[in-house]
Amino acid sequence: MFVFIVRRLLWAIPILIAASLLAFLLIDISGDPLSELREDPNIPQESIAAEEERLYLDQERHVRYQLWVTGSAVEFSSTGVGVVHGDGDIGLLRGEFGPSVRGEVYQIGEEIGERFLLTLRLIGVAMVFALGLAILSGVISAIRQYSKVDYVLTFIGFLALAMPTFWLAALLQRGGVWSNEELGTNLATYGDSTSPHIAQDFTPLENVADIAAHLFLPTVALMLTAYAQWSRYQRASMLEVLNSDYVRLARAKGLPNRVVMRRHALRTALIPLTSVVAVGIAGLIDGVVVIESIFQWRGLGTFFISAINERDAYALMGWLMLSGVIVIVANLIADLLYAVLDPRIRYE
Amino acid sequence: MSDPQLTASGSAGDPPPDAEAITTKERGQLEMVWLRFRRHKLAVISLFTLLLLVAFAFLGPYLWQWDHRIHGDIPSHARPSWDHPLGTTRSGQDLVGQLMRGAQQSLRIAITVSLVATAIGSLWGAVAGYLGGWVDTIMMRIADLALIVPLFVAVAAIGGSPRVGATWYNIALIIAAFSWAPISRVVRGVVLSLREQEFIEAAKAMGASTRRIVLRHLLPNAAGPIIVAATLLVAVAILVEATLSFLAFGIRPPDISLGLMVENARTAAFTRPWLFYPPGVLIILICLTINFIGDGLRDALDPRQTMVRR
Repeated sequence: MFVFIVRRLLWAIPILIAASLLAFLLIDISGDPLSELREDPNIPQESIAAEEERLYLDQERHVRYQLWVTGSAVEFSSTGVGVVHGDGDIGLLRGEFGPSVRGEVYQIGEEIGERFLLTLRLIGVAMVFALGLAILSGVISAIRQYSKVDYVLTFIGFLALAMPTFWLAALLQRGGVWSNEELGTNLATYGDSTSPHIAQDFTPLENVADIAAHLFLPTVALMLTAYAQWSRYQRASMLEVLNSDYVRLARAKGLPNRVVMRRHALRTALIPLTSVVAVGIAGLIDGVVVIESIFQWRGLGTFFISAINERDAYALMGWLMLSGVIVIVANLIADLLYAVLDPRIRYE
Repeated sequence: MSDPQLTASGSAGDPPPDAEAITTKERGQLEMVWLRFRRHKLAVISLFTLLLLVAFAFLGPYLWQWDHRIHGDIPSHARPSWDHPLGTTRSGQDLVGQLMRGAQQSLRIAITVSLVATAIGSLWGAVAGYLGGWVDTIMMRIADLALIVPLFVAVAAIGGSPRVGATWYNIALIIAAFSWAPISRVVRGVVLSLREQEFIEAAKAMGASTRRIVLRHLLPNAAGPIIVAATLLVAVAILVEATLSFLAFGIRPPDISLGLMVENARTAAFTRPWLFYPPGVLIILICLTINFIGDGLRDALDPRQTMVRR
């Protein structure tokens, strides 16, 4: 078991390196952060050159990549081998994300740090609810296969898969506003939670209630696609188990239906879900970008959108790397969990 | 693929008419697929709905008097009327004309994505699965890489850049570049079992090249799963493109797409619902029908299925 874990952890290292290369190249090749400056005839060449130097755009691509990852780089030139050092604001391994095109006031690392927990909260809550509902409806569908309940749940699943997240989110958000105005409800329709200077009078309980209220509509919009995928998967997996010989044996022994379901069927049927959930994390990250922009959250999703609009290359690279790391870690956890949960898997 | 019917009815001459009445009717492969597909009522309804939608998007503009552009003689913010059944936008565009153009752009992009990604993905998967060994390992690791960065995030990061531009085929190519990997996995799985079969061995024994085996023997026999995956990818691509345009990283004005229409009418969901609902419902309808068709095809193309209903 220990060897298996170590080997799996070691295997993550080349994947991380490849992911960093991918994130860097995608952004570095696809656009020039200074294109707007260059097109403006009123800006002197010297300031463009200064910006290039500040953003390390005067370096060659491979040097820039090394700088971005480690903070210093080995350079091969005609005169020999030299070492290039960054200005202390670059190098993922040193915890620096690189200089922002928006100037030195804008610290990419600080922004990501401030927004990270907020977005993680949204993704986490949506994941838990999607998973709970998916297991519930998947199991019901499987037990009552080809019944009306099954057809209704299956159709809801299909509908949810076809539903564009942004459309549903916009509808929910406007619906919240409409219901506040017309029906006098008190739904939180925008923002992540009440601004701190109002919230400082809150008791901890009120604060949690406020955060939960602001989470409600975005969570519903975000979890729908994940719910649809996972519930279909759960249904198929539960059906397979229910039709297996050992469940038939458990029934033949005369075990009560409840025990067969809980102890024998459901436990086995949950195992394959771990890897599907890990894959679904990527979908939730996609969704969070849309949801945050519609509900005007100050999270990583809106950070990503503003980074695209500002052509902030290092911010985008950092973001891609971060989401890549989340996906890789999720897959890692799923693999390890799988090994623990499924006794059929050999560790050797 | 070799044709089994050749040996059955080839040189033996036509059977007498009364004998024909006794023997079971011969059916071509396409015919069999259609017969099995027809059993799925929902899939058949979906197919016709989708054909109607495609006709609406591609033939509609020739019949309808307004296109998606701004016209001086279209009133601003008109409610639905006989002249403009779904009303008009603030800048004076007819919503039906916009819907046609939007659906057309969405479908055009999605179908291109599906074709390109399927071509790359199935070749990639077939070569990896057939060659096996370290070639397979390396190729599938590269495919895994394409799955690490979430699809929409990757497409937006590149598509949002002005250097890449926002023409419809650029958007299609970017989406395709990040969505071929799942198809390659499917095809590799099928090829892994196909390559152990006798007809591949026979082809190898006759000295067929790798290229010939992959293109003439493996891919045609993996056609079923490939077609299903390609169909389902169309729905995914529609959603990605719509989201991209919604966030202003995709199709840009003066051109129009369904996602952009939702964005334009975002605040009108309750004040002018005729602007907000049609593009959203159209996206849902397209994706829903495609998913149902994909499900129907999955059953129809599975050769292990018999004509007997289980």
